[in-house]
Amino acid sequence: MNDMPERSGEIRHRALRLLMALIPGLAHLRQGHTHAGLSLLGLALSMITVSIFANERIQATFTAGRLDYWVALLTLAVTLGLTWVVSGVSSRHRLDARVGGSQWAIAWLGFKQNRVAMLGLYLMIALYLATLLGPFLTGYEPSVIGDIAATRHLPPSVEHLMGTDKFGRDVFTRVLYGARISLSIGFIAVTISITLGTAIGAVSGYFGGAVDTVLMRLVDTLISFPRLVLLITVIALFEPSLLIVIVVLGFTLWPSTARIVRGEVLSLREREFILAARALGLNSPRIILRHIVPNVLGPVIVAATLGLGNIILIEAGLSYLGFSVPLPTPTWGNIINDGREAMLQAWWVTTFPGLAIVITVVAFNLVGDGLRDALDPRLRT
Amino acid sequence: MKRPWPRPDGDAGSALIEVRDLTKHFPIRSGVFGRTVGQIRAVDGVSFQVRRGETLALVGESGSGKTTAALSLLRLMEPTAGVVTFDGQNALTLDRPGLKRLRRKAQIIFQDPFASLNPRLTVGTMLREILHVHGLARGAAAEARVGELLALVGLHAADAMRYPHQFSGGQRQRIGIARALAVEPEFIIADEPVSALDVSVQAQVLNLLADLQRNLHLTYLFITHDLSVVRQIADRVAVMYLGRVVETGRCESLFESPRHPYTRALLAAVPVPEVRRTRSRVLLSGDIASPANPPPGCPFHPRCPHPDKDEICRTAVPGLRDVGGAGQAACHKA
Repeated sequence: MNDMPERSGEIRHRALRLLMALIPGLAHLRQGHTHAGLSLLGLALSMITVSIFANERIQATFTAGRLDYWVALLTLAVTLGLTWVVSGVSSRHRLDARVGGSQWAIAWLGFKQNRVAMLGLYLMIALYLATLLGPFLTGYEPSVIGDIAATRHLPPSVEHLMGTDKFGRDVFTRVLYGARISLSIGFIAVTISITLGTAIGAVSGYFGGAVDTVLMRLVDTLISFPRLVLLITVIALFEPSLLIVIVVLGFTLWPSTARIVRGEVLSLREREFILAARALGLNSPRIILRHIVPNVLGPVIVAATLGLGNIILIEAGLSYLGFSVPLPTPTWGNIINDGREAMLQAWWVTTFPGLAIVITVVAFNLVGDGLRDALDPRLRT
Repeated sequence: MKRPWPRPDGDAGSALIEVRDLTKHFPIRSGVFGRTVGQIRAVDGVSFQVRRGETLALVGESGSGKTTAALSLLRLMEPTAGVVTFDGQNALTLDRPGLKRLRRKAQIIFQDPFASLNPRLTVGTMLREILHVHGLARGAAAEARVGELLALVGLHAADAMRYPHQFSGGQRQRIGIARALAVEPEFIIADEPVSALDVSVQAQVLNLLADLQRNLHLTYLFITHDLSVVRQIADRVAVMYLGRVVETGRCESLFESPRHPYTRALLAAVPVPEVRRTRSRVLLSGDIASPANPPPGCPFHPRCPHPDKDEICRTAVPGLRDVGGAGQAACHKA
């Protein structure tokens, strides 16, 4: 008789445990980690919402045989799975960065306290998710032209969230698909330019002397060209295509990173731990890769996020001028270019992709600023 | 815990390191084409020897070329001229594999415990890397060796998982010592290892260095400007002024009867912890001369308080001469 309340307590406890295992973020909320809890819960809910509303298209994946559908499906499944895994793992082992944590853990703590930067990070994640999930978020095709007379220049409404353009295509869909081009160009070109810039800057700064002189004069030469003119010239020589644009952007933007890295390495090289590494007989590649590059990564990451926004802007500029990915593939730049003539009658065609560019660049810059503060040990207490 | 590593048994007291006329000049460049317009004579013909198992203190004020001499000795900087014989081998003409072998025999401990450790690596990672590069231990053996090294310098094996910024200045200096010991060297250059530390911590680190020397039969070249530290740890002393050695001798005799006027002035500047004892102070006027433009003759003559200072001092460079005992001084009047 006596153990009745105990048993019901036990049942309630078990039910709660089950619920916490089922709903991501709940455990965090119960532990008082509102921020993490709400983010996980929100992410899971939005993924579930997408899968309910895009039910038909998800099923179409298996018959359509299109790569982007598969990518979208994979993204949906992985994101949903990740919320569960992350929720389960992190609610049990919450790492305490103050004891035994690395410098990166401390930087993350600093970054988390910066609300504006976190907003930027959320925007960034949302943008990439939206891009990957593209086909499930809209019911239209980006380049299919229907009955132009009936659908031309429709203002924003529930069916067409951002209205339609002069060919009656849904602007929301085109902005969504355009984001793919802009974001992937940004991502890949930044990866190329950061890798190249870090390697060249580190070698130049570490070895100094003639190596440094030759590499830095090359950097000076590249920087002294007006960037847009250089890009247009190179692209005009080839047939404009996604590959050419990525390669050209990636291989023309590394000099600024190389300069930043070289400057850092010059001061790092004289630090005693580098002297110690040499005294211990470590060879130059090892010293550069293990002792120098990790210590310049802070400024490099900041340069990368800021560069990402920059590249997206440049790409938009190039496609506005018609020197980027050819039509009818939508990019933010060429959607704006398309809507230019009808800007007064149909403001939505230019405004929404413009807003998308602004939001993306601002998000990346916020994250970049936040990282700069978080990674700077002088600003740390 | 203490593992005295195997070493070739040289006679104690024989010279492990012999430095002759070590010179390091830095070119002063100017103009668009980087023409060399002068030389900074940071180290200008330094000679000394370090004997097996002893501690030689290299003393001098800032800018006298102590650190440059040490870095040139280890070829962390290429000296302009001179001969460095390490264990009978010329260290300045070593090829790459030879240099790597030298790195296992001669190590260095730095002054600034905050700049001398890579902030991105845990202590364990850092030590394991050294063991790996020299093929000393790997896997579980490396793990055990890291624990041993940390115990050797008075830290815990668990400290291997921590990052440098989680240690105090004194602890970091211990880590720096453990790093130098990782390759089981015979010879360690300690470049002002305690001058960045609190006085109480200084004593601990000095004691640690002395213990290690006894247990592991180490030879030290101890660079410092702090004469009270010299007295505590050194067997012999070499005093440097403006890139030259001006006096060498056994520690006690040099402290008792310094022969070079510069050494006298240095010793007179050491504060004495006895209130009643009054001493004659030797005040030096002016600053150390620029090594880009050293004075002719004896480099010390513009500041020399010696009463017999004369024309010879102004024109002739004095060499090191025996001055009784085991000491040598570079002074015309000593």
